Amino acid sequence: MVQSLEKGSVRQIETSSIVYDTQKLNLWYGNHHALKNIDLQIKENEVTAIIGPSGCGKSTYIKTLNRMVELVPTVKTSGEILYRERNIFDANYGVEELRTKVGMVFQKPNPFPKSIYDNIAYGPRIHGIKNKKILDEIVEKSLRGAAIWDEVKDRLTTNAYSLSGGQQQRICIARCLAIEPDVILMDEPTSALDPISTLKVEELIQELKVDYSIIIVTHNMQQAARISDKTAFFLNGEVVEFDKTDVIFSTPEDKRTEDYISGRFG
Amino acid sequence: MRYVNHEAVVKKMNKRLMVNGIFKTIFFAATLFALLVLGVLFYRIISQGVSYLTPEFFQNFGSRVPEKAGIKAALIGSIWLMCVVAPVSIILGVGTAIYLEEYATKNKLNDFIRMNISNLAGVPSVVFGLLGLTIFVRALALGNSILAAGFTMSLLILPVIIVGAQEAIRAVPQDVREASYGMGATKWQTIINIVLPSAIPGILTGAILALSRAVGETAPLVVIGIPVIVHFLPDNLLSQFTALPMQIYDWAKRPQEAFQYVASAGILVLMGFLLIMNSIAIFIRNKFSKRY
Amino acid sequence: MGSSCYSFLAFGKGGFTVGQKAEKLSVQELIQKSSGKKQKKLIEKMIPIILLLIASVSVLTTFGIVGTLIVETVIFFNDVKITDFLFGTEWYPFGNTEQLFGILPLVAGTLKVTGIAVVVAVPFGIASAIFLSEYATDKTRRIIKPILEVLAGVPTIVYGFFALTFVTPLLQQFIPGLKIFNALSPGIVVGVMILPMIASLSEDAMSSVPNSIREGALAMGSTKLEVALRVVLPAALSGIMASVVLAVSRAIGETMIVSLAGGSTPKFDLDVTESIQTMTAYIVQVSSGDAGYGTTIYYSIYAVGFTLFLFTLLMNYLAHVISKKYREEY
Repeated sequence: MVQSLEKGSVRQIETSSIVYDTQKLNLWYGNHHALKNIDLQIKENEVTAIIGPSGCGKSTYIKTLNRMVELVPTVKTSGEILYRERNIFDANYGVEELRTKVGMVFQKPNPFPKSIYDNIAYGPRIHGIKNKKILDEIVEKSLRGAAIWDEVKDRLTTNAYSLSGGQQQRICIARCLAIEPDVILMDEPTSALDPISTLKVEELIQELKVDYSIIIVTHNMQQAARISDKTAFFLNGEVVEFDKTDVIFSTPEDKRTEDYISGRFG
Repeated sequence: MRYVNHEAVVKKMNKRLMVNGIFKTIFFAATLFALLVLGVLFYRIISQGVSYLTPEFFQNFGSRVPEKAGIKAALIGSIWLMCVVAPVSIILGVGTAIYLEEYATKNKLNDFIRMNISNLAGVPSVVFGLLGLTIFVRALALGNSILAAGFTMSLLILPVIIVGAQEAIRAVPQDVREASYGMGATKWQTIINIVLPSAIPGILTGAILALSRAVGETAPLVVIGIPVIVHFLPDNLLSQFTALPMQIYDWAKRPQEAFQYVASAGILVLMGFLLIMNSIAIFIRNKFSKRY
Repeated sequence: MGSSCYSFLAFGKGGFTVGQKAEKLSVQELIQKSSGKKQKKLIEKMIPIILLLIASVSVLTTFGIVGTLIVETVIFFNDVKITDFLFGTEWYPFGNTEQLFGILPLVAGTLKVTGIAVVVAVPFGIASAIFLSEYATDKTRRIIKPILEVLAGVPTIVYGFFALTFVTPLLQQFIPGLKIFNALSPGIVVGVMILPMIASLSEDAMSSVPNSIREGALAMGSTKLEVALRVVLPAALSGIMASVVLAVSRAIGETMIVSLAGGSTPKFDLDVTESIQTMTAYIVQVSSGDAGYGTTIYYSIYAVGFTLFLFTLLMNYLAHVISKKYREEY
């Protein structure tokens, strides 16, 4: 296991490096002020969980990180998000380029109505990789990476919709891995899954953080406590508290965080 | 003190239920009327036409003698016509639908395009014939050719194809589009790779139904001056030609009774043509019905 | 599992080795290297423009129709006084010495046929809609609706043939004075043609009345008939009216049925047993004859076409207004 040793040493050097630096981010849906003065630094090779009650802006925030939020036509933003020291709102920063580096996994499993193979090969293909041998390698590697290779290796040509919900979500994760993103955004990835599938996805996230920086939105506080290194608590579009997960869940500074953690609201 | 006398209500109830039963029968009978007409229509045409439906009928050109009249030129002409109408109307229709569903923002120009399409759908086909006569036959000097007729028919069924394609595109769930964008795909890549493959069964089903309307449409062809007696087969898109409904129209107008039977046989061919097209549409719908 | 090693490929972001060759491969690098980025950007810019051009074809079609009709109609009015056209009660374009272009007889022909069609189609159409929406089981509906679709898909030339060779002779047995060409027979058949349209659009309007309203009435002991006539029908009324207006528009524009079975003798009266001519049938008559290009008769088909266009436009607008109101109700 030379590889993992290597990885470990690399990680130590890189722990200090910041992937996402959000500075004074404000976002409006029409007149609704959904995100207020967000300042947040997200580090490499960590799992950062974002928690908070419904409507607190946590999903909006994660969708802003790859500018998916702009699919809503009335959205306006101010402030900056630096991804690897480059402002993602820069006019000459193409969203496609950003999204090639930042993968996303959605609330509901949303595989394409295509074969499993074509789902995984989709990303590489649209980005110009056409060599069949390389695609084969990528598909296998990604499916292994998402811990679903053994379940689907004999039926790569069947439609992804023939799989169960939990398998579909891991296919979506594999699809995301296929372009080897730097960061993976996960928007409540287990909210539509049964407990067993949820457990598998959580285990997978633990494995993935060796190679990827992961930002996960979750409504499930136990999940955040189980899998994340850092936790940000959002309330009414503001970051109330952001710290190491064990600190947030044991000795939160803010009263509101404590109330939410202890289940008094939300 | 009770305002509602329940005994009286119960007594009246029988009568009310009886009235309900009578009306149910009336409504049912009214529904059957449409089916009855359809039945009589098919029975008449089949019983009149089937004896004329000989191999010679498919091999002969039009003729003044009923026994020698055939449908060859019209059948081949209709197929040629579809070869123009299908690509032109589908490309224009699907392109417009993609524009309206995927690119058009809400502004006055796009509202105008939308309103215009729904208005266009209500314009009588004979008026499209006048448009074809002026623009394609005369101004563009295409004459009464396959191309002129094909363009006219394409514009006639365009609104139907657009609306069908719009519905099919709209039925593609937003979350698969988002997944594609999330991979860094551009808008066009998402449309070509994700949206259209999912929407194509719906688009094709709608398009084939629209095309079958074009097959049976007569008025625009009359107006742009498509001849009825043609003794040759078209060999290019600028050839003169005749089409199934034109041929039937000509036979139906003739005073000799025997031509009624020829016309019925022609209608059977036309209906067979439509039946094949509709079967293809149903086949596509069932075969590729989406699974989300 | 994700971090275990395999004989032929090893893990780790930033690269994996393929086969025996110690060649390092990174998907991100491959993506960077892949050509066609500029091309991609160009496509993204060009596609919306191309699609907008395609979408503008439908707008051009409308302009083409309106423009054509106006231009040729104006030429027609160089020869014929506009008041004679609008108020003249005689349409006699083929005279050698005198040509008369009063549109009213053609309008009368159109309205006779449309009127009869409405009398046939509205009661049958709405009754079918009530049956399908309120009484029919799912199974019955699944059988009847496709049949109505077939009825709507029958080409009008077939209906015209049916009117001429079956309905007219049939009617002649009951109405002795009925001519071979008349308004009654094509009127009835046009009614059959628009019936499926009224039935299916009205059924849509009635089905979209929320079930809770029906249940409310049924729970008070109403019969199904009372629910249908007193609750559902009033609630769906504007939708039903819109369907009727649209069907009227179709009937006005219907061409082949009236061309085959209506005749070619425009008369400004109310007689439905005699030969008539509608606006559409006149256009067909002239264009299938050999009226020379540039003659007054040639231009007259545009003037008639324009009148026809305005009639249908008015009807479609009316239907639009009515159905807009109906959409606001729930």
